[in-house]
Amino acid sequence: MDPVQLLSGAFLLVGGFFFVAGTVGLIRLPDRFSRLHALTKADNVGLGFIVLGLMPMAPDLFYGLKLVLVWLLVVIAGATGAHLIAKRALRGDGEDVR
Amino acid sequence: MSPLLLTVALVLMAGIAAGLIRVAIGPTPSDRMMAAQLMGTSGIGVILLLAPVLAVPALIDVALIFSLLAAVAVTAFTRRRLTNHGD
Repeated sequence: MDPVQLLSGAFLLVGGFFFVAGTVGLIRLPDRFSRLHALTKADNVGLGFIVLGLMPMAPDLFYGLKLVLVWLLVVIAGATGAHLIAKRALRGDGEDVR
Repeated sequence: MSPLLLTVALVLMAGIAAGLIRVAIGPTPSDRMMAAQLMGTSGIGVILLLAPVLAVPALIDVALIFSLLAAVAVTAFTRRRLTNHGD
């Protein structure tokens, strides 16, 4: 097994670990904002590591660029979504349960 | 390499299934939306991991569409108002 493959496997495992951490945080943490914190950060880092791990398997350069683009889109969407959800929860509008 | 990819994909799918617990117990719509966001991100991860295993490079375009739709879903959810009886 060559070092590049070994490194890519390690990145994939770390990515999976971050996803598990995010999911555990979403289920176990006590209040809404800490759950939001666990979810948005851990998941985006996990996806970043998975993209890094998949990079050596990219058949061509364009595919690698698309991988990075997917991650960038998810990060931007995640940050925006987290802010929108937090603002909405702070204002308390539209919430069924107070 | 593909057993490792499939294992990580399986872990991600288990995470999606575990996220359904949060959808079920709530307690606020925000929590449910967060679980939906988790499912979107994990789903993108699963698709990206399956693309080399299945040798279908076009799956990455599916992942791109998923990432765009997840953003639209969150934005649409946060624009919803409780007092909006118009529709």
